[in-house]
Formats: sequence, C-alpha cells, structure tokens
Amino acid sequence: MGRTLHEKVWAEHAVASGPGGRTLLAIDRHLVHEGSFHAFEALRASGRPVRRPDLTYATPDHYVPTREREPITHPELRDKVDTLAANAARSRIAIFPVGDVRQGIVHVVGPEQGITQPGLTLVCGDSHTSTHGALGALAFGIGASEVAHVLATQALWQAKSKTMRVRVDGTLPPGVFAKDVILALIARIGAQGGTGHTLEYAGSAIRSLSIEGRMTVCNMSIEAGARAGLVAPDDATYAWLHGRPYAPREAEWDAALARWRLLPSDEDAAFDAEVSLDAGALEPMATWGTSPEHGIGITGAVPDPANERDAARRESLEKALRYMDLAPGRRIEGIPIQRVFIGSCTNSRLEDLRAAARVVRGRKAVVPALVVPGSGLVKRAAEAEGLDRIFIEAGFDWREAGCSMCVGMNGDLVAGGERCASTSNRNFEGRQGKGARTHLMSPAMAAAAAVTGAITDVRRLANGE
Amino acid sequence: MKPFTTLTAVAVPLDLVNCDTDRIVPARFLRQPRSAGYQNFLFHDLREADRDFVMDRPAYRGARILVAAENFGCGSSREAAVWALSGAGLAAWIAPSFGDIFLENSYKNGVPAIVLPAARVAALRAQLAANPGAEVAIDLPAQTVRFPDGSLARFEVDAFRKACLQEGLDEIDLTLRHEGEIAAWEARRREDLPWLARGPD
Repeated sequence: MGRTLHEKVWAEHAVASGPGGRTLLAIDRHLVHEGSFHAFEALRASGRPVRRPDLTYATPDHYVPTREREPITHPELRDKVDTLAANAARSRIAIFPVGDVRQGIVHVVGPEQGITQPGLTLVCGDSHTSTHGALGALAFGIGASEVAHVLATQALWQAKSKTMRVRVDGTLPPGVFAKDVILALIARIGAQGGTGHTLEYAGSAIRSLSIEGRMTVCNMSIEAGARAGLVAPDDATYAWLHGRPYAPREAEWDAALARWRLLPSDEDAAFDAEVSLDAGALEPMATWGTSPEHGIGITGAVPDPANERDAARRESLEKALRYMDLAPGRRIEGIPIQRVFIGSCTNSRLEDLRAAARVVRGRKAVVPALVVPGSGLVKRAAEAEGLDRIFIEAGFDWREAGCSMCVGMNGDLVAGGERCASTSNRNFEGRQGKGARTHLMSPAMAAAAAVTGAITDVRRLANGE
Repeated sequence: MKPFTTLTAVAVPLDLVNCDTDRIVPARFLRQPRSAGYQNFLFHDLREADRDFVMDRPAYRGARILVAAENFGCGSSREAAVWALSGAGLAAWIAPSFGDIFLENSYKNGVPAIVLPAARVAALRAQLAANPGAEVAIDLPAQTVRFPDGSLARFEVDAFRKACLQEGLDEIDLTLRHEGEIAAWEARRREDLPWLARGPD
C-alpha cells in the first residue's frame, strides 16, 4: 500500500510515541506574530528558553496599522507590535519589523521568503497556517499553549489526523478563481466537513492553479474544519521557490529537490475520505450568511430555512438571515454593499491584486474600498507594475501590509449594519466589526462590487474574465 | 494545571451551530492581557444583543458544564476562547463536534471537550432547557456522562488526553523527558537539511 503526502511528512517528523497513539512531532518552522505574547509570557514564567530561535520567525501583522505607522501612534497597537519586537530580540529570533519591506501577513511572508518549503512541518498561532500546505508543507494552526510548547521544545504531541482527498478536475471557466473553488468546496462539505482531517487537494484544476491560487485554497481548509490542507509539490512549486531568500541554493537545492520529488502521494495511496468537484461546473461564488459554508453561486439565491429539517440548523439559518438582514429566497446578485475590502492571508498576493485591478481599470469605486497588500514586497511589486495607480485613480485606498479589515484588530473596521464585499476568509458575526455584515468572494468579484455598489457577477463586466 | 476526574454540576445548553471563537471572544478584546479576565468578554456581543442570553438566566448561574451544538469553537485559534469559558466557571464542555484547534486548546487547559453523538447531545440540551438548573455528572475515569434523566452516555477520550487531565500534567515537562530523542532528531536534521537553520544569503 502506498503512502500519502501527509503520511510521508508525518513519518519523517515522528520523534517519539506516547500513550493514546500520540506522536511527538518535530517542528521545522515556527512563525510568530503579535498574538504570541501569551506564549512568551508563559515561557518566561516557567524560566524556559526558546529552544530553536534559528527555526522561529516573527513578523507583526494582526495589530499593525495600515497607514501612518512609523511611528505607530495608537498606544495599545504600538505596545503589541513593540512586545513582539522585544520578545524576538530577547530570544534572538529573526523578525521582519514594521519599516522592513519584508514585513507582512505571516502566511504571505513565510512562502514569499522561502521559509516555507515542501516536506517541512510548520506551525503558527493562527488558524490560517493551513495556507503553507500549498507548497507541500504540513502546516497547521495552534493555540497559545501549543505555541509555548513549540517555543520550549520545537515539537508537539499530535494525534495523526485522517486524510481526505479533494479532487478538482477540469478547467475553471472565465471569471472563476481559486477562491471560488474553496468556497464551493466548503458549501459542499460544510464548515465541519473536514474536521479531524488533513485535506489534500489534487486533480487537474488544482495542478493548473498558480502557487498563489493554491495558497488561497489551502488557506481556507480551516473554514471546512480541517487544520491542514496540502497540495503535492510539483515543477511549479520548485520554480516558484527557487532563488527565494531562505530556499536552499546550488548543491543544497539539488539535494532538496531530490527529496521533494519523493513527497507526492503514491498512486495506490488510500485516503480516509474522497470528495470531488467539477471545475467546469463552478461559477463565481459569494457567501450570504455568517458561516463560510453559506456560499452560493452568483446566479443562486439565499436559502429558505423552512426547507431545513433539523431544528438547530434551521434556527441557525434563521439567525444568520436575521443578522445579515436578508429575506429567504432573495437572489444573491444585486444585494447592495457599502464597503469593499481586498486583502487578507486568503487574497492579498500579487495575482489577487492583478485580478482586482483588471476589473477596476477605467472604472470608479462607488463605495469606500480598501486594498491592503499581503506584504511590503507584494506592495512594491504591485507598484512596479502600476496597480497602485489603477486603484488610486478609481478611488480605492491603497495601504501598507497587514491583516487589516479581515479581523479588524488594528482598527480597520466595518461599521455596524454595513455590508462589506470582502476577499477575506470569515463571514462570522462581528468578524469585521461589531454588527458588520460580510460577503466573502474573490478579488475580481470584490472589485466588481466596488465599481457597481452591489454584489455583481464579474462576468457581466468587460475585462471581468 | 488542576487535575480533572469527576464533576457533577449545573449544565447550561447553548443551541448554536458553528459557534465560532470570534463569537466566544470578539477580536477587539484580544489585545487585553490575560489578567484582564477574558470571562468579562465572553459572548460579549451576543449577550449585548440578547438580554435573555441563556447563560445569564438565573437558573443557569453557577453552571460549570456547557452543552453546545455542532462544530463548537470553530474558526480562529485564539485560546482566549477557552480562557473566557473557564474564567466564567465552566470546567467541561459537551458537543457533537468541536473545532479541532479549540478542542486541543481545551485539553491543554485541563478542560475535557467531550464528544457525544448529535442526537444524544440534542436530547441533553432539551432536558436542560426543560429543567433549568438540572445537573449533569461527568466521570472521566469511567468515561461517562449522566444526564438529568438518569441515562448514561459513554464517551471516547484518548489515553494521552485522559492521563494529562487526570494528573494535571505539564506537557512541556512530559516532552522534555524525550530530550534525547529530540536532540538526536535535530542532529539528523542538521545533517540532512543543513540549510534549514541558516538565515538568508
């Protein structure tokens, strides 16, 4: 019996076994952001040092303002950013601080710097760590206690998850992107469809995605309940990684490549579950409700709770509709929006900004719209090709890198009652601000919403494809 | 960490499917230090919008067990969600399923996150709603939950988590007992992938 990619990476990192089938798993990469302050405090309280500062990397993202931030004037935000810098300095951890062009969202920075590599284990105290699986790394989010544990031991006790293969075959139609693939998957299997599993995305449509697109897909694995998502590395992965600052070079590159080529799941490997999607049948997606599983195609309509038999689920659908102020059966297209956010670890990479700019070019935003690149390097690359001009001339706000309005911890908030077309990953109640209503969609769809003021099928707009 | 063995206490039912950790503790409170007491922010916006929020009803005051719906604690990895619940006096939770990271965070804090079949949990929530203030008994060594109607449900918990709960173990101490194996693995790794621990050129 062949082995899956997940099993291969797992076996290579198994250091010891414990009771209950637990494995002590060695960790190759540990990324930290401002939220690590609890873990550093716990470590200090127990008098333990950071075991492997040389495998730990820091960048501020959650609390950084996206403008006027050198210096940061807001005392609480400054304190969080300064605390991360102080903890990194004290433990001799590499940091990409505010003011360094490499600073950005931790899940954009890791791959961009080549810190993320195939076959590695990578953790971070953030649930969207699943992003890094796009390069074939086993990457998952952890809580503060586990962050402290990794800082102290560079290992974690884990129960091996089950595996689910998600096959997406066929060709994505024009106007349909990686974001639509993952929203369609979550709508299909539900917000807990992947719980207890590592998802491995496979099939011709996944192979055809850029590395950025694969990151978008893996990023939202957690919204299907899966702690980790994976794509087997291939030539596109290697070409993307080659020459990045932390990637191996010359003879070491060759040695790495030889290892990486052994990683993909064997032909006869068995998965605990299988799901498949037909790429050709997908359309642009948007969410209507308060769970990422509330996604529908742009030609679809908001569901009617009366059709839900399970009482608890029916009640939660009713609650979601009430919160979103939507009537059952209403068409999703045409819902007016008051704000647009293009950014987040899901969709803030150069490819995302290009897709949005293609739609925006020559048009004007009719609602306030914010573009927040995923890193200083993404921002610089976008500016080098003039994307910033396109956005600014259309009336968009062009900002510095960070998590920003995805979670609003830096003060970039959606007002209560406002409806936001957002390229982020969570439409939870209050996620973008108290009382804020989030509709998740792709960057092209968010751009279309910005220039029309309503949820709009991007395929209707010229250049939307 | 305080060991957990048995607990008989008032249980509060929460009929909220896919209750995410943003709802348990909204993100804007996460900048507070833990000493601020995250229980002060527990379900903050939900409670503000719903003056009759179940946890605020007098009969459920002092509840130490939470009985939730499917996919409780999904979403963000914020451990503050666990700290807020336990800070409010809750010491165990029962649901048909939990978010994977929330589940892990619960055990790390000495709180059993007990999974029972959806129909059983729905029945338990119904009993608690019909008899506000009724007690539920959790027996970790026996791996059972006794419902207010006297019926007994058995739950699974892996031996590792069970031992950690019962002994109130510090996991880092446990891990450092494997220092030799970790060091040997690291030495091999340095040999095989020497570039990993190096900075950029």
